[in-house]
Amino acid sequence: MDANGHANGSSPHEVREHDVLIIGAGGAGLRAAVAATERGLSVGVVTKSLLGKAHTVMAEGGIAASLGNVDPADGWQTHFKDTLKSGKFINNWRMAELFSKEAPDRVYELEQWGALFNRTAEGKISQRPFGAHTYRRLCHVGDRTGLELIRTMQEKVLATDTQVYMETAVTKLFKNSEGRVVGALAYTRETGKFIHFKTKAVVLATGGWGRIYKVTSNSWEGTGDGAVLAYDAGAELVDMEMVQFHPTGMVWPPGVRGLLVTEGVRGEGGLLRNSKGERYMERYDKERMELSSRDVVARANYTEVQEGRGSPHGGVFLDITHLGYRGIMKKLPTMHEQFLKLADIDISKEPMEVFPTIHYTMGGVKVDPETCATNVPGLFAAGEVAGGLHGANRLGGNSLSDLLVFGRRAGMGAAEYVKSNGYSTEIREEELNAEKKRVMAPLEKREGENPYKIQQELQETMMEHANLMRNEDSLKEGLGKVLALKDRLPNIGVGGSTLFNPGWHTAQDVRHLIQISEIIIRCALERTERRGAQWRLDYDGPDEELGRVNLISKKDQQGEVGIEKREIPPMPEHLAKLFEEGE
Amino acid sequence: MAYGDIARSTTGVLRRLPWWTGPIAVTAALVGFGIYVFVTVMLFDRGEYENYLSPFYSPPVGGESFLPAWLSPAIFILWLPLGFRATCYYYRKAYYRAFFWDPPACSSKAQQRELRGPEHYRGETALFVWNNIHRYFMYGSFVLLVFLTIDTVRAFLPEGSFGITLGSLIFLVNVSLLWTYSLSCHSLRHVIGGSVDCYSCVKGGNARRKAYNWLSVLNRQHALWAWLSLFSLLITDVYIRLLLAGVITDFRLV
Amino acid sequence: MSDSAAEQKGMASKAHAEVHSDEEATLEGKSYRLKIFRGDAEGGKEVEYEIEAIEGMVVLDAVLKIQAEQANDLAVRWNCKAAHCGSCSAEINGRPKLLCKTRVEEYEGQEIRVHPIRAFPVIKDLVSDVSWNYGVSAQIQPFTTSEQAPFTMYEEDVERLYEPKKCIECFMCQDVCHVLRTHHKHPEFAGPRFFVRSQWLEMHPKDEGNRLQFLKEGRGGVQLCNITKCCSEVCPVGIHITDNSIIPLKERVADEYYDPAKWLMRKIRGRRNGSSNGNGGTRSTHARAGIRTNG
Ligand SMILES: Cc1cc2nc3c(=O)[nH]c(=O)nc-3n(C[C@H](O)[C@H](O)[C@H](O)COP(=O)(O)OP(=O)(O)OC[C@H]3O[C@@H](n4cnc5c(N)ncnc54)[C@H](O)[C@@H]3O)c2cc1C
Ligand code: SF4
Ligand code: SF4
Ligand code: FES
Ligand code: FES
Repeated sequence: MDANGHANGSSPHEVREHDVLIIGAGGAGLRAAVAATERGLSVGVVTKSLLGKAHTVMAEGGIAASLGNVDPADGWQTHFKDTLKSGKFINNWRMAELFSKEAPDRVYELEQWGALFNRTAEGKISQRPFGAHTYRRLCHVGDRTGLELIRTMQEKVLATDTQVYMETAVTKLFKNSEGRVVGALAYTRETGKFIHFKTKAVVLATGGWGRIYKVTSNSWEGTGDGAVLAYDAGAELVDMEMVQFHPTGMVWPPGVRGLLVTEGVRGEGGLLRNSKGERYMERYDKERMELSSRDVVARANYTEVQEGRGSPHGGVFLDITHLGYRGIMKKLPTMHEQFLKLADIDISKEPMEVFPTIHYTMGGVKVDPETCATNVPGLFAAGEVAGGLHGANRLGGNSLSDLLVFGRRAGMGAAEYVKSNGYSTEIREEELNAEKKRVMAPLEKREGENPYKIQQELQETMMEHANLMRNEDSLKEGLGKVLALKDRLPNIGVGGSTLFNPGWHTAQDVRHLIQISEIIIRCALERTERRGAQWRLDYDGPDEELGRVNLISKKDQQGEVGIEKREIPPMPEHLAKLFEEGE
Repeated sequence: MAYGDIARSTTGVLRRLPWWTGPIAVTAALVGFGIYVFVTVMLFDRGEYENYLSPFYSPPVGGESFLPAWLSPAIFILWLPLGFRATCYYYRKAYYRAFFWDPPACSSKAQQRELRGPEHYRGETALFVWNNIHRYFMYGSFVLLVFLTIDTVRAFLPEGSFGITLGSLIFLVNVSLLWTYSLSCHSLRHVIGGSVDCYSCVKGGNARRKAYNWLSVLNRQHALWAWLSLFSLLITDVYIRLLLAGVITDFRLV
Repeated sequence: MSDSAAEQKGMASKAHAEVHSDEEATLEGKSYRLKIFRGDAEGGKEVEYEIEAIEGMVVLDAVLKIQAEQANDLAVRWNCKAAHCGSCSAEINGRPKLLCKTRVEEYEGQEIRVHPIRAFPVIKDLVSDVSWNYGVSAQIQPFTTSEQAPFTMYEEDVERLYEPKKCIECFMCQDVCHVLRTHHKHPEFAGPRFFVRSQWLEMHPKDEGNRLQFLKEGRGGVQLCNITKCCSEVCPVGIHITDNSIIPLKERVADEYYDPAKWLMRKIRGRRNGSSNGNGGTRSTHARAGIRTNG
């Protein structure tokens, strides 16, 4: 498998060959790896961090699946309906169907592999309520469900002969003369050495792009690399304007601003109050109150603060004190620790202060529901980087099950594709060298613009212009600023060597951030309505026309962002029927 | 959470002490105790005063006429509690740190002072593999504890009828601490419940689980019980010695 | 937006008024000094940086601020900033700490010296090569069962497994363990982190694997641990590593290898191993994943 690339005047590189290359080692990537490995293929997994540190590890609340352990009335149909309603019906209904049907199997599969969830008195997996889920549906273990998921998957992968490339970042996908994706270029963060992956298929599982905003619950990794890799390779992206603001992020101290306060707090009975002590949710959603869908609660919190009923640090109060110290230690120990350590607040005695924070990106690479294939042959996508399942707003807990359901499907899809296709993985040498040169440029330039500075300016721009509430003028102004930043990209220069150099790494990421931001703003300008996470102040409500389309963005002939409104195919009878019965 | 606050502020103070204070204090205490036991056992062949029997000499065995007179009966007993403590997981930690400096403390500075080089470090594989017989000492200790409990009852019966004296109270505290220490033993915890993977699958599982959880609570403070019971042993013996020497007289409450 | 909030609240919130503005809450005129190790496998030295103090700052904030403003190439690992992922382990004044969970104020009046964890080779600045750990992990027999999920398992049977399962793999216990750190027993000792993992596997009601041989005779090396508890002192998620993982494993090893009565009982009953799951000590051989960090 080892072979050394030749220097050829530019930096040398190593060549690695795999049947399937999986980019990303979050829940989706690892599940895909297991699926492809099980089918006897040689699989490589690359991740920008160490194994087990992807966003998935931070998920707290739980994983949604209609097991019906606590509420026996639950079933896939209700889960399906909840998902579509919350997504304001622009979801891909086939994805939602597969998702809600398969989620329970994926949860049981985790248990089979050693995951341990909290139990009910009957010895089954316990489930907790969550915003806008009709029934108690979130399988959980305390408030560290994501840790359990990723650790289980990680240990599963470690027990196979999957090759894991830790701290390695992919910068480009290569296509052969037939237009199939047949490889990728990556650099190792540790030494800066290049690796050319020759592969028959690529699965993108790179997660989201919450890092385009300043106040975010995402880590440095959430830079949307996958979406840009796909976009550059000619793949279609869907509904990119849809960015989820989680209603409850920490507000104080400044260093932790945006850090997530799990929805589990509200799931366990946490109450939202403003500075006047009112439970203001009754003005926004009388029925579901605190457990309304995220877009609604986030806007409520935002509005309360904006209208002057905020807490001292500019948030609202979230109170869980009635659960008592013991209850909190049992159900939300991580939150207790997080507030005590970082904010000097004992949540069993005092309320928390919270404010919306950027959390999740519903939009993403458009995929085929059955196989997760994109429109580019050889390219697959799953997890947060893929779009379609969640529509205009994601339900809490639906992401973790999404990762497993579609991670598996992507792995199988890629394996199927590899087995039924024979073609060359050769690419043109110039393309490889040009990419290496591009990646090295900031280091060669040395003196230049600080990449952190550009990143920061971008994050502030997005915060200001593409926030939770949007309007045309502001979006346009934001677009102008983003494009100006894009023009400054070539000026970036960083000091130091290729040896573990975060400045250099940021210089790579910031390009992705800017590209994604541009696409998001352009799509947000196109969707002139209020729907889920897209809330245009200059339009009154949802637009019927727009409710029937997805916004598809794709790189056009000129290399610019091309946006198409694509009709959502009508729901087949057996699914459409579900909505008639219930109502 | 007042307890937590106190604990935090004490650990705060303790943390500010230089790292070597810990091992030195432990060494001093253990060596001091060793010397005391050795000297008393060598000097005195008797630990009995009226209805009090020193825990070092209980149960009274040995003293057969064919044995040399200098052999104190305590020798026949003491190996058991000493062995119990010497193989106890907590004391092991204490003496590996304090006597062998393996490591003396945890900070990077302290670890650089470790005496043994990497080639010589064997952990608990070589000589110390014997510590694995701890559980047998544990079984033996419970037998001994029965005797000590009887001694305590006798301590409450001065001249044959019930009465409370300072001495009897000391006995009571001592025997309680010894019970707590022994019940908080890791090996016992293992035998009771730690060795069971699935309580609901074995007979009597529920009772074992409850016992295990209860022992686990005691076990969390095992080090504390180890020290307190060591001191109470010492105090009990000293008290009897003082009575024997006529330095003090017993104080009767009821 | 926040200004209006402050206005409404009036004087009462004056003290906090500037904090909730989008500007960061710098503490007027105050600054922090940090000495950070800069260097690589070949060696290096401490470099002192001075930064503006911000309210409630953790050491990671300070390091990232230095990285963004003064030293773009300062290498440090982090992800969650919330003590969930275990990426940001480093040594502050000689003790392993999560940088994201350690407030700068804690060191008021003291020097702050930040170094990488040292039980593993340093790559650069605050980053060490911890890939060894993933190799060890791959050698532990994974969860093995012949039963089919969904399992019926009661809270009572699994409640003690939640503790070891909390591990965030920060590897600080590995760093502070003298068996690795001073005695370099990496080839024959798995380290506390993996005793924690072995413990929940061994105690899991449905697991049928057996890792005692691995622990005693294989590269687990649990007997090399002399229960001196440094690991327990540093665990950021409060796992009582020595008391609840290592000692229970040592007891199980003792059952299997050092207890004559147990041995006799096994002879009589004709079983090869004493663990209550007892499947005769079969250890499935399994393929191992290749782990690489360095190219
Ligand atoms: C704080 C927080 C709490 C959450 N809580 C919940 C919850 O309770 N329930 C729920 O359902 N969802 C929750 N979510 C959402 C959910 O965790 C994420 O959507 C999900 O983990 C995404 O998984 P993923 O596999 O798609 O990607 P990630 O887990 O984000 O992993 C991305 C992987 O791709 C790698 N990667 C990225 N770019 C590159 C590149 N260029 N080259 C190589 N590798 C690359 C990264 O290194 C990483 O390994 C939460 C999210 C956050 C941030
Ligand atoms: S108790 Fe054992 S594993 Fe933990 S630090 Fe000490 S020697 Fe290492
Ligand atoms: S056991 Fe604790 S210290 Fe060790 S790696 Fe896990 S979380 Fe870190
Ligand atoms: S462990 Fe200390 S007495 Fe058994
Ligand atoms: S950054 Fe995740 S633990 Fe510190």
